[in-house]
Amino acid sequence: MFEATALNARNARIQTLFRLLFGLMTGLLILPVLIILTTLIHEGGSVISYDFLFTSPTDGMTAGGIFPALIGTIWLVAVALIISVPLGVAAAIYLSEYAPENWLTRAINLAIINLAGVPSIVHALFGVGAFVLFLNFGTSILAASLTLAVMTLPVVIVATRESLQAVPLAFREACWNMGATRWQTIRRVVLPNAVSGILTGVILEVSRTTGETAPIMFTGAVFFTPFLPQGVFDQTMAMSLHLFVVSTQVPGVPEQLPYGVALVLIGMVLTMNSLSIAFRMHLRGRKKW
Amino acid sequence: MVTPPSPETRQSKVKLAVEGLTIRYGSESALRDVSLQIYEHEIFGVIGPANSGKTSFLKTINRMDVFNPNMHVEGTILFDGRDVRRWRNVYALRSRIGVVFPLPVGLPLSIYDNVALAPRLRGGQSSADLDVIVERCLTRAALWDEVKDRLDALGSLLSGGQQQRLTIARALSQDPDLLMLDEFSIAVDPVTTMRIEDVLKELRNEITIILVTNLVQQARRLADRTAFFLQGECVEIGATEDLFTGAVQDPRTRDYVEGKFG
Repeated sequence: MFEATALNARNARIQTLFRLLFGLMTGLLILPVLIILTTLIHEGGSVISYDFLFTSPTDGMTAGGIFPALIGTIWLVAVALIISVPLGVAAAIYLSEYAPENWLTRAINLAIINLAGVPSIVHALFGVGAFVLFLNFGTSILAASLTLAVMTLPVVIVATRESLQAVPLAFREACWNMGATRWQTIRRVVLPNAVSGILTGVILEVSRTTGETAPIMFTGAVFFTPFLPQGVFDQTMAMSLHLFVVSTQVPGVPEQLPYGVALVLIGMVLTMNSLSIAFRMHLRGRKKW
Repeated sequence: MVTPPSPETRQSKVKLAVEGLTIRYGSESALRDVSLQIYEHEIFGVIGPANSGKTSFLKTINRMDVFNPNMHVEGTILFDGRDVRRWRNVYALRSRIGVVFPLPVGLPLSIYDNVALAPRLRGGQSSADLDVIVERCLTRAALWDEVKDRLDALGSLLSGGQQQRLTIARALSQDPDLLMLDEFSIAVDPVTTMRIEDVLKELRNEITIILVTNLVQQARRLADRTAFFLQGECVEIGATEDLFTGAVQDPRTRDYVEGKFG
């Protein structure tokens, strides 16, 4: 009575097959990550030292450390975040909670998606035109960070909007029924439950901003400067551009050096990601519903 | 069974006067030309099968229709003599009307914060006041004993029945003039339902209650007067006992309360 029929057996075989297939795909997915990391650690690990991290490049970039680039990247990312997070979150709240469902809203949503698809080199040229020249910020951290901010805004907006919309409508209706205004509802119920999702968007933005080269190379990052930036109107070195420079632009760089720079760059991104993920898990804490 | 006092014997003023209310979703009408009056301190039952416009009726009273651009409302609803469609401050209107919908909604806040939310929105309460309000509302909603030791647990993780009682406590925390219950007992077990019904009978001395229910016997137990809605039409309004003892104008009412259709 409980014996497997031919159909049962066939279904079970197909099930096993698909599980294997999907598992294999997942394996393939993490393979490049593993290869990149092991290569970098293997080739570049020996370069990393206290001096490498905390001194300036010397001998025409062929020796010395990366300190100005490290600090410059932190500046660029921080300023970009300060600009794009408030702007993006506010826009997402408007689009998700206030905007009426009409053609204008749909057009704006479409524009945001398209903005996300604009190549970074186009953003770079926009940044040169708008921030460096028109607003006359010159090649500076401010101009570069604004360019990065414009480029990553769609990521923040989309992630924030998605996480706001993941909060069930019933919660909002319960609040409205009590006489809460939209803003009271957002502040007391919607936002606290969307924070972890918003943070995911910010993490994505940090990763992308840290690694971008094209948008900053015409707007604020320079080939070499021994000075650390003192403010947002200074030029600065940056990790991503420095990697590009030592890999392709300067003759006589020791083979290990670019690997070391790349390792530090990846290390920065991973560290920031892990910190944000830890913070996010701390926020999420327990399951809310 | 205690026979509720009939409205004639009570000196009642009109709490809610509905005149020519028609509700349409797009081209489809959900409620057609309903006129009725609800008196202060009565429990007004609304019975009828699904899709009779009962819930739409409630939504127009506290102006939740504004959130559905597809919903068109005609006619007037006077709440304490003022047209709800002309209240400039809908938030003040809604804060005077407590609502409980069929599906429980425990907000993802602590149990305490769930019940303290409405008083906080209104403002001007000390934390000692809030403690008193929270305990009173939870007690009235027959939930206090189960949660008094874990008021900081998340309201959204309670069981369905507990969440519904939390929803009721939240509605009561608004200190409303009017309480609208839409099939509140769907997610609640029979014993708890009876306890809440007892509370509703007590509340009648203080506030006005609209009780929409699928359970005709619940209307019979609680309501002073009852309206029978059928497919968007208000077929009959009368003293509840009359509806159940066959003193009806329309034979469809008798058929429905006797369970011959619906």
